Amino acid sequence: MRSLLLNTAAVVVIIGLAMAFPWLKLPLILSLCYGLAALGIVVLLKAGQISFGHAMYACISGYVVAFVGHRFPGMDGVLLIALGTLASVVAGMLIGAFVVRYREIFFGMLNLAISMVLFTVLGKFYAVTGGTDGLRINRPTLLGFELTRDPFEIALLVLVVAISLAAIWGVQRYFLSSSGQALAAIKTNETRLEYLGVSAKKVLWKGYVLSASLCGLSGSLFGLSQGLVTPEMGYWLRSGEFVFIAILGGAGHAVGAFVGAILYEFLKMYAAALVSGSWQLVLGAILIVIIYFLPKGITGLMNRRKRLIGGAA
Amino acid sequence: MTALLQTHDLTLAFGGLVVANGINFSLEQGERLAVIGQNGAGKTTFINICSGLLKPRKGRVIFAGRDITAQSPRKIVRQGMARSFQLPQLFLEHTVRECLQLSAVARAESLSSWSSLAGGSNAVEIDRMLDLISLRDRQHELCINLPEGQRKLLDVGMSLLLQPKLLILDEPTSGVSTEEKHGVMEILMRALDDQKVTAIFVEHDVDIVKRYATRVAAWISGAIAADGSPASVLSNPLIQREVLGE
Repeated sequence: MRSLLLNTAAVVVIIGLAMAFPWLKLPLILSLCYGLAALGIVVLLKAGQISFGHAMYACISGYVVAFVGHRFPGMDGVLLIALGTLASVVAGMLIGAFVVRYREIFFGMLNLAISMVLFTVLGKFYAVTGGTDGLRINRPTLLGFELTRDPFEIALLVLVVAISLAAIWGVQRYFLSSSGQALAAIKTNETRLEYLGVSAKKVLWKGYVLSASLCGLSGSLFGLSQGLVTPEMGYWLRSGEFVFIAILGGAGHAVGAFVGAILYEFLKMYAAALVSGSWQLVLGAILIVIIYFLPKGITGLMNRRKRLIGGAA
Repeated sequence: MTALLQTHDLTLAFGGLVVANGINFSLEQGERLAVIGQNGAGKTTFINICSGLLKPRKGRVIFAGRDITAQSPRKIVRQGMARSFQLPQLFLEHTVRECLQLSAVARAESLSSWSSLAGGSNAVEIDRMLDLISLRDRQHELCINLPEGQRKLLDVGMSLLLQPKLLILDEPTSGVSTEEKHGVMEILMRALDDQKVTAIFVEHDVDIVKRYATRVAAWISGAIAADGSPASVLSNPLIQREVLGE
C-alpha cells in the first residue's frame, strides 16, 4: 500500500514537472536512462564488484536499435527497445561467462578493456557504423502511434518512468531472493558459498547478465531519445559516470540509482551553468564529500534513518 | 558397518616437506574421530585433500563408495561431505538466520532469482537448527556482531543444515576461551547426535579429545603414527612424547 502510494507520487511528480516545464522532459528522460544503467552497476556492487566498462552494453543496445531501425524502417519503437536489450543480454551472457572468473580490480579492468575494444571498432569501421559521427535513429512509431517530436518525448518519458518503476521493483525483489542474497554473499565470503555447494561464478554470472540487460535497456531508450548513437555512448568516461551515479545513490536500495541519477543530471546542468568549462570540478568535489560523509550513498542515509527508528521502538 | 571414507596411499609434498606420506585410512559410519598432532604434522593437509582444497600427488580418496579424488570442493560438498573451518567462514553482512537459510536453500539446490530467501527455506527447520546451536535469541543479528564461540557454532550449524554424511570440524574450539570450550563442544556434540552425523574433528585439547572422541588418530610428519581408541592412543609412549609433549 505504502509503495503504491510512493510509486504514484513519483509518477505524478515526474510527469507533472515535465508538463509544467516542457524543457525538463529531456533531462528527465536522460536521468532515468542513466538511473537504469546505474542500477545495473548497483547489482554488481552488491557482489562487491565494480565494472568500468558497462557503458558497452548501453552502446551495443543503442547501435542495434539504430541498425534494425534502418533495416526495417516501419518497426515499432517498443520492439526496437526489446531487440536492443536482447542484444545486450546475449552480449552479457557471453562476456559474463569470461569475466566472472575474475574479481575486483581485474574484473573492473577486463570490462573496461572489452568496452574500449568495442569503442574503437565502432569508431573505425566507418562504412558500417558511421565512425565517430555515429548513426542517426529515425523517430519510430510507439505502440503503433506516429508521433511528432513533442508528443513522442512525452510518450517516451511515460515509458521510461514505467520501465524504471518496474526495474526498481524487479531488482529489489531479486536482491531479496535467495539468488540475490547469494550474490551479496560473494562480497563477504565466496569460499563459504562454494562449501555450501553453490557455484559463486554462476551466481555472479546471473547478476552480471541482469546488470548488462539494465544497461542495455538504458541504451536503447537513450538512443531513441537522442535520435543518435555514437561510439561515445560506450566510452569509458560514460562507464565511469554510471559508477559515479551508483555510488552517489548507494547500493542499499534499487531506488538509489535513480535518485542518484536525477541528482547527477541536475548537478551537472547547474554546475555547467555556474562554472562553464569546469563543471567536472564541482562534481568531483561533491563526490569526495559524498564518499566522506555518506560512504553508503543516499540510500545509506535512508537505511540509517530506518535503524534509528527501529532502535527507538 | 561400511567404510564411509577411505584413503589409499595419499601422498603430497610441498617442495621437500612431505605433508602426506602414503596415508591409508578408513573411517566407519557413526564414528567420532579426533585428529591430533603437532602443528605442521599434516592434519589440516589431510582434511584439505579429502575436502578437495588440495590435490594429492598420488593416491585416492573414496567417499561413500565413490572416488572423489581431486574433485572440486563444491562437488564433494554435494556428495555429502561438509566441513567447518578453524576460522569460521560466515557471511558477515548477513544475519544469523539468513546464513542458515542460504545453507538450506543451497542444499535443496533451489536458488531462485524470484522467490524470497525466507520463503525458499523451511522456517521450522531453520528454527530447529537455531535451537540446536543455541543461537535463537540472536537470529536477527548480523554475523559480524557475534563473538568467536558463537561464530564457530553458526559455522557448524550452516554445515549441518547441508545434512552431510560426514562433517569435518577443523579445530572447533580454537579461539574459544577455556571456560567456553566445553559449552561449545557440548552444543556441537548434541547437534551431531541429533543429526546422526559421522564426524572428524581436529583438536589440540586432550580433555576434549578424551571426552568426546570414540577414536583418535595421531599424526606425525605427514603420516598416522597411532590410530585406535582414545585410551590406547593417548597412553602410547611415542604419542605422549612426540604429540602431547609430556
